[in-house]
Amino acid sequence: MPANVDPAALAVFIALFVLVTGMGFVASRWRKPETLAHLDEWGLGGRKFGTWITWFLVGGDFYTAYTVIAVPALVYAVGAYGFFALPYTIIVYPFVFAVMPVLWKVAKDKGFVTAGDVVRGAYGSRGLELAVAATGVLATMPYIALQLIGMEVAIKALGLHGEIPLILAFLVLALYTYSSGLRAPALIAFVKDIMIYIVVIAAIAIVPSKLGGYGEIFTAADAAFKAKGSGGILLSPAQVFPYASLALGSALAAFMYPHTLTGIFASSGGNTIRKNAVMLPAYTLLLGLLALLGYMGHAAGLKLASNNDVVPALFKVLFSGWFAGFAFSAIAIGALVPAAVMSIGAANLFTRNFWKVWINPSIMPEGEAKVAKITSMLVKVGALLAILLMPTQFALDLQLLGGLWILQTLPALVFGLYLNWFSSRALLIGWAVGLLGGSWLAWSDGLKPLHSIDFGAGPVAIYTGLLALALNIVVAVAVNLALKGLPQARLSRESA
Amino acid sequence: MIRLLLLLPFIGLMIVPFYNLREPMLFGFPFFYWYQLAWVPLTSLLTYIVYRRVRDAG
Repeated sequence: MPANVDPAALAVFIALFVLVTGMGFVASRWRKPETLAHLDEWGLGGRKFGTWITWFLVGGDFYTAYTVIAVPALVYAVGAYGFFALPYTIIVYPFVFAVMPVLWKVAKDKGFVTAGDVVRGAYGSRGLELAVAATGVLATMPYIALQLIGMEVAIKALGLHGEIPLILAFLVLALYTYSSGLRAPALIAFVKDIMIYIVVIAAIAIVPSKLGGYGEIFTAADAAFKAKGSGGILLSPAQVFPYASLALGSALAAFMYPHTLTGIFASSGGNTIRKNAVMLPAYTLLLGLLALLGYMGHAAGLKLASNNDVVPALFKVLFSGWFAGFAFSAIAIGALVPAAVMSIGAANLFTRNFWKVWINPSIMPEGEAKVAKITSMLVKVGALLAILLMPTQFALDLQLLGGLWILQTLPALVFGLYLNWFSSRALLIGWAVGLLGGSWLAWSDGLKPLHSIDFGAGPVAIYTGLLALALNIVVAVAVNLALKGLPQARLSRESA
Repeated sequence: MIRLLLLLPFIGLMIVPFYNLREPMLFGFPFFYWYQLAWVPLTSLLTYIVYRRVRDAG
């Protein structure tokens, strides 16, 4: 055993990991369905998750392990700007409240499992369905890889090195997701979320008394940024637009992802979702407090090799051995829930909107479940290989582009719930222009999320994904107006 | 009409220059931080008010 491994911490970690692994396999018998060989059961847990299960599942799935590592890391590195995650995860809920019950109802009434299904139902267009589904899968893959990074950081903090623990953890995850489907992360989410709440509440309660109170923490962070000559505990004038537009764009994108939509579709009804929009902000409070750990890192005078180490390093300094082990376990187990739901969401899309449409249209429900189970395995193995073989930066860049891409599916998915005006062709062209134009802008800006534009009052930087969405909508409206002038456009709409 | 309450968090949080301030402090938190944190329970409350009104609508 390496010298820097704390036996108590490692024992806690192994015990908790064995516990959730057991839960993952037992989950196939939890709220037991007649058969798991149906996508409604394997992929959506029977669409019967009530308010509490949905709260734990969506909370555990939306506030990912990577968030726990990366948000405090960004706050540690740049200060106030890193807090955009806070307004983002507040304004997302009024949006969820207004839109997601409508989407749920459409899905429930017609037996839809994915965003691709909903789009096909609204427009009858195989092209638009494929566009939405492919975007979902592409945007999710790097997101799964990020969960692995979160897990890697936690495992490293325990003093374990090498790739074997990560590979083992992920294989176990792949196996119980295969056998239990969405029930596994839903059950594990209870453990994961309660652990994260305990850790953050402990940190919030203990850390300030060890570091001299919140006033001292802000003062220390302020001094550190001044000494460094960059960042700050308030936004610079140039950061105001990036801050607001990143918050807004991220909020609009958040529930377009397959993993968040899976949580929505799996819930038992519109009011379940509405109640969750009221209750889920509790996690946002947690996230806001978690972000402050970045400042506590300055107050504790940490010297770090990588910003991502701020949370583990802080826990190591301030908590006793076994509780540090508990905290790292919370992060590592925290990665399992989103990774499982993401792979299920991606597998559902592949099965319903690619396999069933283009490969085997006569597939039966049990065949669908089989294809989805195997796909969920392949997706996870792919993410694991990507992390082991490619530079970490590659996953981060792709994740950034993924946010931009998934945002481009919003018009196709959401507009049709309220309007019967757009044609599928107009939405498809808008999607393509937004996706390609946005990617090109991001690429030409050196894969940064911000693009500078000048409205006449000097250049301002705005979240590129939001610009691409604006472009997407403008193009879709223009194309639709042009098509409406043509008689064959009306024909194709009616036949659709 | 009651659904318009759902727009308040967007307005409150998109007006960044309004809250990008150090003072007034609260419990050692600069205004920038406690103002945004305060929107968390406030958003829950507003959403709950709307929920009470629409829950039977389906």
